[in-house]
Amino acid sequence: MTELLAAPINPAWAILLAGLIIAALPWHNVRKAVMLLAPAVALMFWLKMSAFGSFDQLSIDTLGAGLTTFRFDGLSRIWGLIFIIATFLNALYALHERDRLQDTMSVLYGGAAMAAVFAGDLITLFIFWEITAITSVFLIFRTGTAEARNAGMRYLVMHIGSGVLLLAGAILLHAQTGSWAFEHIGLEAGLAGWLILFGFGIKAAFPLLHSWLQDAYPKATISGAVVLSAFTTKMAIYALARGYAGTEMLIYVGAIMALFPVFFAVIENDLRRVLSFSINNQLGFMVVGIGVGTTMGINGAAAHAFADVLFKGLLFMSMGAVLLRTGTTKASELGGLFRSMPITAFFCLIGAGSISAFPFLSAFVTKALILAAVADEGHWIIWLILVFASAGVLEHAGIKIPYFSFFAHDSGRRVKEAPWNMLLAMGIAAFLCVFIGVNHRWLYALLPYASDYEPYTLGHIVGQMQLLLAAIFAFALLMRIGWYPSEKRMTILDIDWFWRKPGKALVHWLYAITARLWAYTMGGTRKALGNFSSLLSVMLSPDGNVSRTVPTGALAAWAVALLTLALLGVYMAG
Amino acid sequence: MSALIASDILSLLPAWVLMHAAALLVVTPLLSGPIALILSRGRLAWVWALGISAITFALSLVLYAQVLEHGSIMYVFGNWAPPVGITYNIDALNVLVLLIVAGMGLLSLINGLPSVMQEIEPKDQAPFFAAYMLCLAGLMGVAITGDAFNVFVFLEISSISTYILVAMGASKDRRALTSSFNYLILGTIGATFFVIGLGLVYMATGTLNMADITVQLRENGDSRVIRAAFAFIVIGLGLKTAMFPLHTWLPGAYSYSPTMVGTFLASTATKVAFYAMVRFIFGVFSTGEPFDGALLELVLAPMAVAAMIICSVQALYQMDLRKLLAYSSVAQLGYMLLGLSMGTAAGLSAGLLHMFNHALMKGALFMGLGIFGLCYGVRRVPDLAGLGKTMPVTAAAFTVSGLSLIGMPLTAGFVSKYYLIIAALERGWWWAVAAILASSVLAIFYVWKMVEMMYLRETPRAKSRAKKAHPKAPLLALIPLLILAMANVWFFFDASLPKGLTDAAAAALLGGGAS
Repeated sequence: MTELLAAPINPAWAILLAGLIIAALPWHNVRKAVMLLAPAVALMFWLKMSAFGSFDQLSIDTLGAGLTTFRFDGLSRIWGLIFIIATFLNALYALHERDRLQDTMSVLYGGAAMAAVFAGDLITLFIFWEITAITSVFLIFRTGTAEARNAGMRYLVMHIGSGVLLLAGAILLHAQTGSWAFEHIGLEAGLAGWLILFGFGIKAAFPLLHSWLQDAYPKATISGAVVLSAFTTKMAIYALARGYAGTEMLIYVGAIMALFPVFFAVIENDLRRVLSFSINNQLGFMVVGIGVGTTMGINGAAAHAFADVLFKGLLFMSMGAVLLRTGTTKASELGGLFRSMPITAFFCLIGAGSISAFPFLSAFVTKALILAAVADEGHWIIWLILVFASAGVLEHAGIKIPYFSFFAHDSGRRVKEAPWNMLLAMGIAAFLCVFIGVNHRWLYALLPYASDYEPYTLGHIVGQMQLLLAAIFAFALLMRIGWYPSEKRMTILDIDWFWRKPGKALVHWLYAITARLWAYTMGGTRKALGNFSSLLSVMLSPDGNVSRTVPTGALAAWAVALLTLALLGVYMAG
Repeated sequence: MSALIASDILSLLPAWVLMHAAALLVVTPLLSGPIALILSRGRLAWVWALGISAITFALSLVLYAQVLEHGSIMYVFGNWAPPVGITYNIDALNVLVLLIVAGMGLLSLINGLPSVMQEIEPKDQAPFFAAYMLCLAGLMGVAITGDAFNVFVFLEISSISTYILVAMGASKDRRALTSSFNYLILGTIGATFFVIGLGLVYMATGTLNMADITVQLRENGDSRVIRAAFAFIVIGLGLKTAMFPLHTWLPGAYSYSPTMVGTFLASTATKVAFYAMVRFIFGVFSTGEPFDGALLELVLAPMAVAAMIICSVQALYQMDLRKLLAYSSVAQLGYMLLGLSMGTAAGLSAGLLHMFNHALMKGALFMGLGIFGLCYGVRRVPDLAGLGKTMPVTAAAFTVSGLSLIGMPLTAGFVSKYYLIIAALERGWWWAVAAILASSVLAIFYVWKMVEMMYLRETPRAKSRAKKAHPKAPLLALIPLLILAMANVWFFFDASLPKGLTDAAAAALLGGGAS
């Protein structure tokens, strides 16, 4: 018995097992107890791990290789921990919901993501990769609207496709190297490397592969969005860090990812959608860190992923609470909620401060690692882009989210404060954001590589404060002169009309051109796709030309034609 | 290890069984068919057929054990030495097919009783089982014989009884008649091509014994007659295998026939024709001449890929469940033909492995549909709505088999697709890899369509559920389904049984002969 307890156990098994148990439990209270208990057990297993190594070797003859379902090392350790924490917070946040399907799926989803992180080989990774896709989609379907259903289907297509790419790449890789092990892959592996990178890229929401994220997350259920924001993309970041550290292309990909959502997020009205864009933006920072690939870059990506799960979860939780109480997250319909939801507002502010990297909050100590890594390698343009994107984060996530929901002009809504369990979950997340910001040594000790970086230097704090203040000032200015989009503009005719009007016209013109270009490209693609699918349908649907019942004589003709072809073939040969 | 156990079991059996197992395997069902007619009562005939099927399955296990022990065995009828007399040559390839046919025959017979009682009129039930046994005998005969003309005879025995079986679906759906007629015409064209080919071979070599034909061909070398014979035989068998675009008889035959016939045919008939194709291309015609390679690459490979893609899309559009599965069968046959057309041992082994796995998965899927149909009259995709809740066990087994059809890891389907991809890579056929992946993605969608309907849609109001002859799945029908669903998982973790046989078969056919 003692040996059994001393043996290393994969924490993911605890969660997955709990998920299966929950699926069979009809009693609400027992189910919730299991949901809260499972992460605690998993945490116990995690704490017990005293040494790195690969465990749970499973031998499957048909694949000609063994599988490693539990690899515990510097990289998987920190991801395992944050996923355990996220599972617990999600369970707490959803404590009041009476929905067995959603409980089951969110727990299985978290467990599968954890198991994927601990996977030591590509087959295990693929299996759990697909399980995360299949379980998570229910969190979108469960909203129940036709819109959510369609978005869920699109989500599923992208994610199953991502798994197929991963599998194809894995098999190619196996053909080349004879091994299933999931180690550094890199683009030097040729086609296999590219296939797997694309598979990972879909889940990590690379630019042009990102649309599922903003499409599906805002349509998920209240607690579903919180759960979704924690796992899928962070799992992909882990896989990239493991397989593609130091791939230079990722630096540029990451920079674009960090930059482009800023503009979209600023003009977006649905606040949960704004948060989805900001996921993209934060992922960009991590991808840049991985692309740099130095120990500090990987450390930065890991630390930022850890912090991101907390503060992004916190923000999604606060928006979920708003959605629960008011029924909407549209910026134009909210405002002034701090009067009725003061505690939620407070936690939301902490989350907003964290994501904007205020000193003594989490992102300050994690983003700094990435920026330092970029600076160390001399990528100054990338560094500038990231700094600009940081300001953009403050603009859309740091200020916009709390401002339009809790402050701004009073919408007149008077609602109840969020339920206690939601507040508790938010409180814990907020506490952890502060805790990491203050005790950064604790987080740095968990990172894959040893680090003696010190974020709290005078220069860094002052620089960051300048950036933040400038961004706040810009926001205030834009609000004042009514240029900030999505809020009703006050039209005051003033002296500044003469320079404001042409400027505004320019901005409008640029918007219009971009929108039209976008619509044109999308329309063209859609039309081409539509033509193709109607062609397919004309040919192959049950009433189509190919599928219709053909006269027997025609079939006989086919047989003769094929015979002729075969005869020609054998006569020509040799 | 298993060879040891096999010899232990063999030593328990009486000597005459061991000696004549090969002959008994075909003769028993062939002679028992007419007796079923005399029994005249449906249930009684079923019990009789069940006993005979069980004996057939046991005999094929005996042959399996003997092949494991001795490598390959030869049975000579009436002590007429070949090439004059008829011989049965049994090696790993034959045993693989025999196991599939006998095993699936037994399981679909057990599974089929409730549906036969419901669908076939009482007076027709005994003839139904008689036809079934004749069909079984014919299929076993094709799979076992070493005489080329014998292949034709048994192929016709199985085909003619199949036409009858399909036509018996007419009491349920009149379209069974046209389907059967369609099948009859095309099957006869195929048989005619085949027998013309055999005639040409006989003209050139003066023998009908398969092994002897090979010897003669090697000695006499290449000629136009031989080439024409080869083309006729391959296309003739291609028709019976439902090779694209000669597959159009198949969806009708599978979907309008009685439920049990659909299950039985889907998991055996095309497999046997495929076996005959493999035997003739790589066994009988293994002359080392370039013309067989030309046929493989020029006709079979493109047709295989076309089937994999086009028929998968057709399955995607289908709303009729049995037609959906039937189109998917044609697509899966494309995988097997693709493996064959690679012309390498690895490719052939992978194709044969897929044949084995496909029998498991498609058999289970048709059984699942049969149970759904029995209990709720399910025919079309929307009819599945909510069945995940009302019939959880059947739905779960159906889903597992569906995952196997896609080729998900943890199911048998993954293993054979994996080996196919590896074989294609070895051959350098990148386009084939792409086609396999594309077709698998299509399979995800047409399987998902059914799974989504079962688990994510609410059960409709009772109006469409009027017909409810069986309130829940009959145990008799459920057990074979569960066995197959478990087999689909089992053969992922331990594929040594089929893999051992297919490897041995591919090595025997391609090891020494043509390269």
